[in-house]
Amino acid sequence: MERTEAELIAAVLKGDATSFEPLILKYSPRVFATARRYARLEREVEDIAQEVWLKAFQKLGSFRGEAPFEHWLMRLTVRTCYDFLRGHQRNREAAFSELSDSENDWLERFVTGPDSASDNADAARLLVERILEQLSPPARLVITLLEIEEHSVKEISKLTGWSVPLVKVRAFRARAEMRKILARMTKDKYL
Amino acid sequence: MKLEQLQQRLLAAARLHKPGDRVPYAFEKRILARLTATPRMDYGSLWARALWRAAAPCVALALLLGAWSFIGTNNTATSESEVLSQHFEQIMLAAVDDSEEAW
Repeated sequence: MERTEAELIAAVLKGDATSFEPLILKYSPRVFATARRYARLEREVEDIAQEVWLKAFQKLGSFRGEAPFEHWLMRLTVRTCYDFLRGHQRNREAAFSELSDSENDWLERFVTGPDSASDNADAARLLVERILEQLSPPARLVITLLEIEEHSVKEISKLTGWSVPLVKVRAFRARAEMRKILARMTKDKYL
Repeated sequence: MKLEQLQQRLLAAARLHKPGDRVPYAFEKRILARLTATPRMDYGSLWARALWRAAAPCVALALLLGAWSFIGTNNTATSESEVLSQHFEQIMLAAVDDSEEAW
């Protein structure tokens, strides 16, 4: 018979580390998908996921069981991703002259007629990734959670541990930071 | 160019792209192996960590005692406790004083 999550967690807390394996199997896809939002290299993604699970094992005693395990784990994942962003702040300044041909094409299409540039284009995705990489860690985290993953401010507050007003302030600053980067990029290209 | 519009278009493009949730082969086995591996005791680092932690309280204690002794020597008024401490010291060192005189 398959054991419930609560039973697995209780067994791990009693010292049976092997009971942790079904939890890793079940939730790793979500951990990896989240980590891939913040890290580009697969090696970095794996490092983040590994750190999440090691932390989860060490801090399992602090899981009170009031909320689902998945919520607790996702909080841990988001905070680990944020730590990763803070630890990899270097190389944020990238020259926009290094844009690929497809990215340039997409931008030119947008400039000539905003509606002609498709949302569902690899070039747009690469361009947004490039811009996100230049944002500061809090700005990148809040833009990803709020604008891309479409979480509410309250949910972001729970995920990050920031207060609701702080999330709002950081979201406001992040949008401004992103526009500043876009302004620099378009100035470099079209002025 | 409208930056606001460009920003919205790019964010819409990012929303359409869902990152993959592929997990490397035997990832859970690797994590479990790391968790169950017996940790090796590194006595050197344990000592270093303990000494570093003790450094700040020791400095604070030294400063506190220094300040106390400084304030104590500036206070010239002979209190009852000082007389008592002098008597205590004389009694404690009486044997040593006697032996020095004998030699």
